[in-house]
Amino acid sequence: MSLPGASGTTTPAVETVETAGTGRIVSLLAPLVAVLAAFLVGGLVVAAIGESPLEFYSILFRGAFGSVDGVGLVLFNATPLIFAGLAVAFAFRSGLFNIGGEGQLYIGSFVCAWMALQMPAAPAVLLIPLLILASAAGGALWAAIPGYLKARFGVHEVINTIMMNFIAVALTSYLVVEIFKEPGQMTPQTAVIPMAGELPRLAGFFQTIGVPLPNANPLNASFLIALVAVWLAWFILQRTTLGYEIRAVGHNMSAAEYAGINVRRTLVMAMLLSGSFAGLVATNEVMGFRHRFLDNFSSGVGFMGIAVALLGRNSPVGVLFAALLFGVLNTGALEVDIFTEVPRELILVVQAVTIILVVVGNEIVRRRLARGRAMGCPSKEGAEAS
Amino acid sequence: MRRLTFLVLSLVLLSLIGAGCRQSTPSQDADAFKVGMVFDVGGKGDKSFNDSAYRGLLRIADDFEIEHTEFEPGQDADRETGLRKLAQAGFDVIIGVGFLFSDSMRSVAADYPDVRFACVDFDVRQDEVLPDNLAGLVFREEEGSFLVGVVAGLKSETGRLGFVGGMDVPLIHRFEAGFIAGARYANPAVSVTVGYAGSTPQAFADPAKGKELAMLQYGRGVDIIYHASGNTGIGVIEAARETRKFAIGVDSNQNYMAPGHVLTSMVKRVDNAVYAVILAAYENRFEGGLQEFGLAEDGVSYAMDDYNAGLISDTIVEAVEAAKAGIIAGEIDVPRE
Repeated sequence: MSLPGASGTTTPAVETVETAGTGRIVSLLAPLVAVLAAFLVGGLVVAAIGESPLEFYSILFRGAFGSVDGVGLVLFNATPLIFAGLAVAFAFRSGLFNIGGEGQLYIGSFVCAWMALQMPAAPAVLLIPLLILASAAGGALWAAIPGYLKARFGVHEVINTIMMNFIAVALTSYLVVEIFKEPGQMTPQTAVIPMAGELPRLAGFFQTIGVPLPNANPLNASFLIALVAVWLAWFILQRTTLGYEIRAVGHNMSAAEYAGINVRRTLVMAMLLSGSFAGLVATNEVMGFRHRFLDNFSSGVGFMGIAVALLGRNSPVGVLFAALLFGVLNTGALEVDIFTEVPRELILVVQAVTIILVVVGNEIVRRRLARGRAMGCPSKEGAEAS
Repeated sequence: MRRLTFLVLSLVLLSLIGAGCRQSTPSQDADAFKVGMVFDVGGKGDKSFNDSAYRGLLRIADDFEIEHTEFEPGQDADRETGLRKLAQAGFDVIIGVGFLFSDSMRSVAADYPDVRFACVDFDVRQDEVLPDNLAGLVFREEEGSFLVGVVAGLKSETGRLGFVGGMDVPLIHRFEAGFIAGARYANPAVSVTVGYAGSTPQAFADPAKGKELAMLQYGRGVDIIYHASGNTGIGVIEAARETRKFAIGVDSNQNYMAPGHVLTSMVKRVDNAVYAVILAAYENRFEGGLQEFGLAEDGVSYAMDDYNAGLISDTIVEAVEAAKAGIIAGEIDVPRE
């Protein structure tokens, strides 16, 4: 199962980073080169509309790295993307394409807020772990439905996860507008959750160790949960039987079945865990930042998770770094939006170009380097391209 | 391949030099009076609510030495972050356009007591006391709606009027209540059919639903429909054109959208409110708290122009002006719900 080429795979995305030596260097180098290339092309786009790319990038990076506050915002913006990226990457590894992260995070967030509002008197030691579990369970439940339909009836998960997105957004919208809206308010959001359910902001902690992160910075303990989630995803995939089975099913479903793995159970479990990661977005949005469920809050984080997973090559650590890169872009984009005349649509263009080039460039560089390594073996190259 | 790389690189270098250092940020002049404006979803160019706020900003920037910058939050969390960035960058007045900013405004205003904030359509809590540096700009939409109700009550031939609301929330109920009161004031025998497009923000962006509701009402003998439904109202106006009946526009002057079929528009002067609040800050007499803009403050009005001059007789205009004077003088009590 740990053959470096994994040429028998049906889904090219289910590519793992298990090669050693030069391969490892290549796999680290390729995304970096691609990101640099993307910045070059982004600069050309900026120049094409008559603005200065130098100024564009200096403002973008000033927003992200120019202050402790900016770095805190990068981590804050990266947090939901880590969860969403893990959700996609985890399902990818079992051969499933979970496009339902968006719906799963809405359900997870709503369940989290609802649960918190049911227990106004619970102490923090009880409420916080409970809410974290509730968030994960909400997302898991929503992902389990397409997972089960896939395992039981072979219905394609892409279609079902997309449909489940629509249902989740409409359902939570209905619930928050019609039943759980804060009385006397127009904003479609629930009441504030009890203090005991709030995750602390990290500003205080950083200040005690001498880092002047301002109190108003929204970075909160959810970021630490995201780091734990990265480790957990890696641990499950690499160090548990279930993880082995998930990877085996992802590499070759028939072979896995032949080897005695219960494929159906594995697929459902993979979707359950994938949905849990998506649901954990609630720890940042509900418990850490807004302290309520707001209708339509996500702005596509679940979909960005797909790009994050692709860029991170479906490895948990890769997802972490990819999410940080997107966090930098999002944070810098706001700065560019406020302080330059560059229209915000252009920032989206630059972001999209970055994503495309990173994903494409990633492949090109990897293959080019792989060709250098495996000279005289062009047929294998062809197989990988499929 | 190498040649291509070279070409790309030289292009990049050229553009770096060529584009030079065109300074596009507002000058760093610390003395200048700076205003930042953050738009609602929909943003600049919506020909209605956001644009009205922007007009107010441009007008005052023209009249006085004022620098300004505007942006539109890309993701929800950027609402608060963006407001904070403006506050840190030394802006004197920061304006959030739309009630979705209410929460962010509360927390950012508390963090920056020296910066003055204003939020259009502020979603005030019960018994809430706003800090000195936060102004909630709210409008007495019911007063303007009362006036277009008077127009409709006098103009209607069938004695049946319609109301199409967007999102079913207290804000829109005010439009409805004012309209019905105005219509009854002008003609006690009038009946009003009411329909709402939905109960989510999406209800403000559904022209197809607006047209469907309007067609239904026109089919039942309604001859004038007042809409308070944002983008959804485009469908209402479209239905009026098709059935050759009348619609009444809202927020901005929409008389031009179907000449001859838009009787008038209930104009919400967000621009005036924005102008007034910036001027107050500029002249150092800014006050926090809830600020209401009604007929007396020129915050709401009804639109008369070339497009509807032939539709509204002088007797109607006189009656409307009389009602307006009555409301301002406090002789007419306009219900809010």
